[in-house]
This record gives sequence, C-alpha cells and structure tokens, in this order.
Amino acid sequence: MTLDLNTLLAIFAMAAATIFTRVGGLVLIRYVEIDERRRTAIEAIPPAVLMAVIAPTAFATGWAETLACAATAIASHRLSMLASVVVGVATVALLRAAGL
Amino acid sequence: MLQQNPSAGEFRAGMRAIFPLIVAVLPIGLVFGAVSVTKGLSPLETTLMSALVFAGGSQFVAMDIWTHPASWIGAGFAALLVNIRHLLMSASIGTKMQSFSGIKRYIAMLFLADEIWAMAEFRAGATRLTPAWYAGVVTPFYLTWVGSSLAGALLGAFLGDPAVIGLDFAFPAVFIVLVMGFWKGPETGAVLAASGIAAVAAHQYVPGVWYIAAGALAGLAMAFWRGRAREQAA
Repeated sequence: MTLDLNTLLAIFAMAAATIFTRVGGLVLIRYVEIDERRRTAIEAIPPAVLMAVIAPTAFATGWAETLACAATAIASHRLSMLASVVVGVATVALLRAAGL
Repeated sequence: MLQQNPSAGEFRAGMRAIFPLIVAVLPIGLVFGAVSVTKGLSPLETTLMSALVFAGGSQFVAMDIWTHPASWIGAGFAALLVNIRHLLMSASIGTKMQSFSGIKRYIAMLFLADEIWAMAEFRAGATRLTPAWYAGVVTPFYLTWVGSSLAGALLGAFLGDPAVIGLDFAFPAVFIVLVMGFWKGPETGAVLAASGIAAVAAHQYVPGVWYIAAGALAGLAMAFWRGRAREQAA
C-alpha cells in the first residue's frame, strides 16, 4: 500500500481538471442568457456527445463491433436497457468467436 | 420514517434506473484496476484515483501515458482534454435542476460521470429531476466504480481478458441504448450524423482523444445551423 508523492500530485491534477469541467458548465449558464437558439443547441448536446464517444467503436473498430452496435440499437426499440446490453455483448462475443 | 418519506421512493427509483449501468461498469472498473497495477500504481493509489477523479475515460487515458515518476502536468492536461465534454454536459443538465438548491447543484456536478449525466438527462426528459433520485443513481454507481477498481487492482493478474466474452462492449452498448432514447426525429438524425462523421474522422487522423470534442462540436454546429435555417424559413 504505497503512496508516491508524484502519483498523488498527478491524481490531484486530474481531479482538479475534472472538477473544473464538471462545475464549469453550471457556472457558465448563470452568466449566459438562454434564448431559443441556445436552447436548441443545449438540447442537441446529449445525442451529440454520446454519439461522439461511441462512433469510433461503432464505425471504425471492426465488423463484430459495428454489427453488435446495430443489434443493440434494434434491440433497444423493444427491450429494456439491460436486455439490450446483453444482446449487444452476446452479439459481439459470438462474432469475435466466429473470427469477425 | 423512511417509508413515509417521498424522497426515499425517489432514491429507490434512482437505484433501479442505474442498475443496468452498474452491471456495465463493474467489469470496466475491474479492468481499470488490473491495468493500473501493470503501470506500477499501488492498489491504494488506484482506489484514490477512482474516488477523486471518478471519470473512467480520462483514467484509462492517464494509464496510457503514465510515466515514472508520474507527470502531474501530463495527467492533468490529459484529464482536461478528455473531460472537456463535461462542460457541455453540466451546462445542459444545469438548466434542468430547478428542484436542486444552489449548493446541491454544485455537489451533484462533482459526480457528473457520463452514465450519471445520461440517466439524469433521460429522467429530466420524462419527469422532474429531484436530488433524491439523483443521489439514488450516484451512490451505488460511485461505490461500484471505486470498489471494482480496488478489486481489479488486488486481483490483477488473475483476471483474464474481458474482450473474450465481450464485456468490454457493455459500455458502448449502454450508450447506444441512451442515444436511441434521445431520438426526436430528423433533427436528431442530422445531429447524430454530424457528430458521428466528425468523431470518426478525428479518431482516424488526430492522435489522442480530440475525437470526442470534435464530434460534440460538430453535432452542436449542426443543431445551430438547422435552427437558424428554420428561423429564416419561418
């Protein structure tokens, strides 16, 4: 159970950076008035950010991942979140086992 | 009494909502712990990082670039880059926290991981987002992330490769389900297309994690542009 000073400093720096980004938006909206156009943009944030995070996995990793993403998306129309995730994980495992 | 308190019901509803994500994050935490010991971090250091940073993406990136002795500038700057999207996320969810007192808003933001934020946005779209529901989402998720990081660091080498049974895919799968939930028609389709194309292009040609910022900004730009086009047509 060692605790290196440099490591501790690095962890604090990461924590400070993360807190800055998490609280920053909240501070920002106190000073920026939200008009109709800004509201439209704010509403676009959730899908835009989520898509950016998963896009490389979905379109640029391999066929197993691309097809499993499609399977998950289709499953999510009818199944619960947990069931859809199980469908996705099972699909990717099977396709990887098949050598895709 | 707990039973008579409506916020206890909200807390439990939050715990139910986050459950699938607990299942998804557990293996990721184990993998993070296992990776961090191979980089020379002690189980205590690994657990501290998960507890204080609580942002998986930036923690994995930090492990990618980890040096000995650790560079606080490098790790801090990497965390800033990877988590800059949280700025957008907190601005977005901040407009939906009417039932949070001032101090509660700031405390809530400290726990704004992707999964927490996505669930909160989802909740705010369906009903009123309350502090009790938010706490119900955060508590088990936070404990799972910190606990599984510690477990991964202790078990380390005993863990196999999670990619074999596809567990590494749980995280993207959850995000896909959430994206589908935000679908509101062609406007959303345009935003998703812009974000996806920009993210993949940036991922191919720019090293590091700029792809997340590129995708998010492209999606925003598309929303702005479509909004303006609609105003001019009206």
